[in-house]
Amino acid sequence: MNGDVRIWLSAGMRLQWEAAQSAYVMLYPEGMIKLNGPAGEILSRCDGRTVDGLIADLQQAFPSADLTADVITFLEEANTKGWLRTTEGDDDG
Amino acid sequence: MASVESQVTPAANATPIPLWLLAEVTYRCPLQCAYCSNPIAFARYRNELETDEWLSVLDQARAMGAVQLGISGGEPLLRKDLETIVGHARELGFYSNLLTSGVGLDETRLGELKRAGLDHIQISFQADSSGPSDEIAGGHHFSTKERMAQAIKAHDYPMVFNVVMHRRNLDRVDSILQLAWDLGADYVELANTQYHGWAYHNRAALMPTREQIRRAEAITQHWREKVGNRMQIYFVGSDYYDETAKPCMNGWGTTFLGVAPDGRAMPCHGAAELPIELPSVREERLQAIWEDSHAFNVFRGHDWQPEPCRSCELLHSCHGGCRCQALLLAGDAWATDPVCPKSPLHERVVREVEAADERKNEFPLVMRTVKNSRSLS
Repeated sequence: MNGDVRIWLSAGMRLQWEAAQSAYVMLYPEGMIKLNGPAGEILSRCDGRTVDGLIADLQQAFPSADLTADVITFLEEANTKGWLRTTEGDDDG
Repeated sequence: MASVESQVTPAANATPIPLWLLAEVTYRCPLQCAYCSNPIAFARYRNELETDEWLSVLDQARAMGAVQLGISGGEPLLRKDLETIVGHARELGFYSNLLTSGVGLDETRLGELKRAGLDHIQISFQADSSGPSDEIAGGHHFSTKERMAQAIKAHDYPMVFNVVMHRRNLDRVDSILQLAWDLGADYVELANTQYHGWAYHNRAALMPTREQIRRAEAITQHWREKVGNRMQIYFVGSDYYDETAKPCMNGWGTTFLGVAPDGRAMPCHGAAELPIELPSVREERLQAIWEDSHAFNVFRGHDWQPEPCRSCELLHSCHGGCRCQALLLAGDAWATDPVCPKSPLHERVVREVEAADERKNEFPLVMRTVKNSRSLS
């Protein structure tokens, strides 16, 4: 996934903080995925910004380690699962 | 529906939260599907909850951590306050799913539901064309459904296309999937009939041959390869044929809380058929019902379980199977689900499946009508 690709959550996906579960959850038709801390931090930033922008922002919030590789791996996996809409590969639906 | 629901999974060892709230807002329905999962006695349900009572149920459930709301029936569109219920759900932070036949929907209502914040629509189809659709559902609704499915997509909703599969439509699976594809479905759920409620009553007419299921599954697999992620297809097996007890409701009192049209709270969809008294949201707070009522505790955990479940290594994955099936097949809601090969009564299920393989004559359907409901209950 290139750095200049913009990312959003897919249509029908909703991310929200659930106090009862102390976690971010991803909601989709008739289902829910409870997210761990890093997943929640990444997905809550998928609001149309670029991959580079997202990584820079996370890096600022969590300056202790280089997050680039982990974030890209996660985004690619999330994209494969259909959670994301991106400006890359619009033709494969 | 059952399979998709089970994707709401609770964290292990946490205090259970009713993550999934199912509001069965009415049992009135323009369709008469012979496999309907509503209670046989649906016509005896009177005094539907008022709007304010539903809103209070939503408030209470959300405060307990409920996050997915299913609005079903009957046909939920028959409730004139549906938009109000949806709007309130959205304000509270529910993800709302409307489970509908599409009959009673129109462009105006779709627009209103969208504005109210409805997240998703599951539309049921019965077959690929009007003849076989009318035969199982009564009336002439196929073209309305087709139009409404198009309108749902035009309003930019994610659409689940749901079909209950049985002896009379399994051979049409290829054209059913073609229809779903043409209508732009995002997800297709081919849910093989589970034999409870009306479907149990119609077993002889609905149970397919094993060969029918095998062929339908192969055709489904072919479609998956063809369309990939663009349309996700779930082929949900029937317990009788899978010979595996399923983890009913993901474990009793762990995830699911249903409310019937008259306010009775249900630990599973079929709980009204079980010999347990169901508490009413009209008389008790939802939290007390969830935590303390007999109905929600009777099959919670594993202490109630008989052998062979108690010492079975699968206990924590299947929880002993479905209580409604146990009651219907073993005559005892506490028994091991007879669909499990380890059940001493498993032979009863095998016999039914073999009989369906050998059946030459087609049996008539007992339709889900008010008249039949009254005479059978």
